Amino acid sequence: MSPQRRLALGCLMAAVVAMAGTGPARAEPPPGAASCSGCHGPAGSEGPVPSLLGRPAAETAAAMAAFRTGQREATVMDRIARGFTDDETRAIADWLADQGDQP
Amino acid sequence: MTRPAPSPTGSLTRGTSRRTALGGTLAAGALLGLGAPAALGQAAAQVVVIGGGFAGATCARSLKRADPGLVVTLVEPAERYLACPFSNLVLAGLRELDEQAFGYAGIEAAGVTIARQPAVAVDPERRRVRLGDGTELDYLHLVVAPGVDLRFDAIPGYDEAAAERMPHAWKAGPQTELLRRQLEAMPDGGQVVMAVPANPFRCPPGPYERASLIAHYLKTHKPRAKLIILDAKDQFSKQRLFEQGWAEIYGGLIEWVPLSFGGQVTEVDPGTSTLVTEFGSHQADVANVIPPQRAGAIAALAGVADATGWCPIDPVTFESTLVPGIHVIGDAAIGGAMPKSAFSANAQAKACATAIAHLVREEAPPTPKLINTCYSLVAPDYGISIAGVYAPKDGLLAEVEGAGGVSPLEAAASVRQAEAAYAEAWFRTATDEVFG
Repeated sequence: MSPQRRLALGCLMAAVVAMAGTGPARAEPPPGAASCSGCHGPAGSEGPVPSLLGRPAAETAAAMAAFRTGQREATVMDRIARGFTDDETRAIADWLADQGDQP
Repeated sequence: MTRPAPSPTGSLTRGTSRRTALGGTLAAGALLGLGAPAALGQAAAQVVVIGGGFAGATCARSLKRADPGLVVTLVEPAERYLACPFSNLVLAGLRELDEQAFGYAGIEAAGVTIARQPAVAVDPERRRVRLGDGTELDYLHLVVAPGVDLRFDAIPGYDEAAAERMPHAWKAGPQTELLRRQLEAMPDGGQVVMAVPANPFRCPPGPYERASLIAHYLKTHKPRAKLIILDAKDQFSKQRLFEQGWAEIYGGLIEWVPLSFGGQVTEVDPGTSTLVTEFGSHQADVANVIPPQRAGAIAALAGVADATGWCPIDPVTFESTLVPGIHVIGDAAIGGAMPKSAFSANAQAKACATAIAHLVREEAPPTPKLINTCYSLVAPDYGISIAGVYAPKDGLLAEVEGAGGVSPLEAAASVRQAEAAYAEAWFRTATDEVFG
């Protein structure tokens, strides 16, 4: 390929990428995490269900562990927490902690 | 997060001009010696979503969130969406239908193009959707989320005209208000008869929540009235909890007739408001007939519905197992162990959006894990729930063992009150996330 042609191709590709901006916008939610926002609203939302966004990961992970063992009383979170392993819970808690500044 | 510049293909255009524009880009790529213009195809990746309910609206929005470069069009003719969850409160006079209405401005602001037309045809070979006004939309991935259609061929005598006398009220809207007016007009001492279909159907605990809230209305306003549920099955969702609540709160007001005791309605006569079963017939002052259902009509037109009327899917990508490039989510899909609920639809929509974003980048989609939580009201301040966690297994979405289940049978009134409050909080949060 000639240098001119390579340059032309490079420009086209750059233009296409810049125009479309294809690619993940933010860290993708790990398995299970996207379901949380069905009940847990954005930061600052009112109501009986707390927001989890921006909450320290260790806190969320500890709460899930306590729900799973029954140490902490719950209406539905005990039933949901039992469906996730420690690793899965940790990944969800980390992701939720990182979403603090997201709308 | 940067918003992409509006793509020339982002607006709703006639298919011809759209195809010309795309063809031009591809030709330029070919001139420059790009063999397979995969990167160019990705750059202009168009996803069309049919249906603006909990599934489709969530998916359209989640697709833009997962990848702002995607060109997403939501095909939905209605100006506003009328949500089914909580519409049983409207029947009982405890809520107004307007509180069930949600517009699409928030979804539009998120960068989704709304096509206010019905989808009338899908050409899976050319990957093109035709709308009611003749517009054609090309797609790389199509998401079909049409919800359910009521089957007016399932119960002899029960057609669309009959539904004006014996409302189904299984889609929120005029039917909800019709049934409410009938309940309000019924004299004290009257008899309400509900017909409930066999599985699968939209919102498995819904008919029983409805019975509960109608009973609440009757107990309050027409204490000598009765409610009979004619059921085409012998078990139902959250059954022990409902039956316990009914006994506690409504005494003998509600009578449930299961399949094996003649619960299946075999014919109706809207003229005399009669429901016929194998064991006899019931005269109703108010009849609520919830007929069997199938996936919304566009699913069959697109070829993604099977002989059952529902749509088999791959549990990782939600792609139809019948037609490549078409994904089905929400009530229309065969969700395995996942119930046909708004919560499931919302969770499936997000997982489907993640999968499509990966497929567009030609990456393997991650294995999803999904949650469902459904609340039902046995009375306005008495809530119960069912929850489950789901993952792909043997080609279906299966329940994760050891998780999920229903509210405890033994629980203090404060727990039931808390669950009623959580139900309301869920509705607010979910509708805000999807439409807000």
